[in-house]
Amino acid sequence: MIDSKNLDPNFKLLIAAEPGGENIKRCFSCGTCTAGCPVREVTDRYNPRRIIRMALLGMKKEVLSSQFIWLCSSCYTCFERCPQNVRIPELMNALKNIAVREGYLPAAMKSQIDLLSSFGRLLEITEFESEKRRESGLPSIQGKTEDVKKILGEVGLHREKT
Amino acid sequence: MKRPEGSSPLSQYILYLGCTVPVRALNYEISARKVAQRLGVQLEDIPEFSCCGYPVKSLHHDAYLLMAARNLALAEKKGLPVCTLCSSCCGSLAEANHELQEDEKLRSRINEDLSRWLGMRYEGGVRVTHFTRVLQQEVGSKKISEQIQADLSSLRVAPHYGCHYTKPSTIHHRAEDPENPRSLDELIEATGAHSVNYEDKLQCCGGGVLAIDEQVSLAMAQRKLDHVRAQQADAIVLICPFCNVMYESNQRKIEKVFQKEYKLPILFYPQLLGLALGMAPEELGLNMNRIKPNELLKKVNRRAS
Repeated sequence: MIDSKNLDPNFKLLIAAEPGGENIKRCFSCGTCTAGCPVREVTDRYNPRRIIRMALLGMKKEVLSSQFIWLCSSCYTCFERCPQNVRIPELMNALKNIAVREGYLPAAMKSQIDLLSSFGRLLEITEFESEKRRESGLPSIQGKTEDVKKILGEVGLHREKT
Repeated sequence: MKRPEGSSPLSQYILYLGCTVPVRALNYEISARKVAQRLGVQLEDIPEFSCCGYPVKSLHHDAYLLMAARNLALAEKKGLPVCTLCSSCCGSLAEANHELQEDEKLRSRINEDLSRWLGMRYEGGVRVTHFTRVLQQEVGSKKISEQIQADLSSLRVAPHYGCHYTKPSTIHHRAEDPENPRSLDELIEATGAHSVNYEDKLQCCGGGVLAIDEQVSLAMAQRKLDHVRAQQADAIVLICPFCNVMYESNQRKIEKVFQKEYKLPILFYPQLLGLALGMAPEELGLNMNRIKPNELLKKVNRRAS
């Protein structure tokens, strides 16, 4: 049951002000996104039409704290097909950006931030990889950079452990 | 595309490797460099490249733009276009590039941070594309088919386009119809091998949700293995290291979870192309493929030179 007392009518405006969320109010719930969604095909936990409807109704806490906004695979099938150009994968990113600011950061994403801060890449280039590159005659690459840590630290995504 | 005077090279690009290729798909890099050299595409390297920014796009949009802009700024200094092996890196860099090129205000805001924190600037002067797109648009199927030295005509392979190579079409300059792409089919046919059609050919590999929900992503990948198996193809041919993680690295796991057996070889397109150009399997890193393509290799008739 949806209780209108718990709805936040400003939620859609917050989303529309977020990069990627600009077109949310154009959605007329046709369901083209859900019909062609490859994630939806394997699990009913993900349903973009439903998520957008919930967001438009103002179900802020339910949407931001949910696991389902993180299930978009970013395949962009719905992006190409949406008759209203809602740009759904970008809209999902807008919702996730807001969720992170509100303190909902999935553990898997937290560990990716840690890896990126440590190496500047998601996967560490160890001596093993460097040796394999040399053996295969491939040019060497810099395994580590501090620049990404600097970016993630300055924007507030990464904090040094104290 | 500016072409240098004289006959060679045909074109010049900076090769962007990203995170996955150097650790999990060295065979892709080895084969891509080999075929590029043979076909006159000169690849330059920037050892200082870092992650494209894709993993933080869902977390913090500015952080994503800054990470992408750092790489684009490094490329801009060299004055060459960028081509990627990873489709996700291609989408990520191209999309950030598009945003930064189109929106001058955004670019100057990002540049303020980029110069304050890293002493760099990006002016929007780089072109980003995919290595496969370079093969399609600048080398071309015709030139490829003229250089074929081995007979691949008994091979039937299933092309996997993946998502970010064609979509969103707006940032890829609408290079082809994302609902009915042809480029990989044509590049496969140019090698002499047959490109096999199959159900849900444009289906996503599921890699985008692997970190969040492994079961969902494996279920997505499994569907394609089923559909390709149904056509009795010799292999899947793909162009993205992360799609390869799903179909090759995770194939054993998928077999266990879904109680099925596939043993379906997965090749990167440059590996197939290299075979057609007469290169030996080990020159193309085929010995590094986890699912050994031995049966497939037996069907390749290398012409006596």
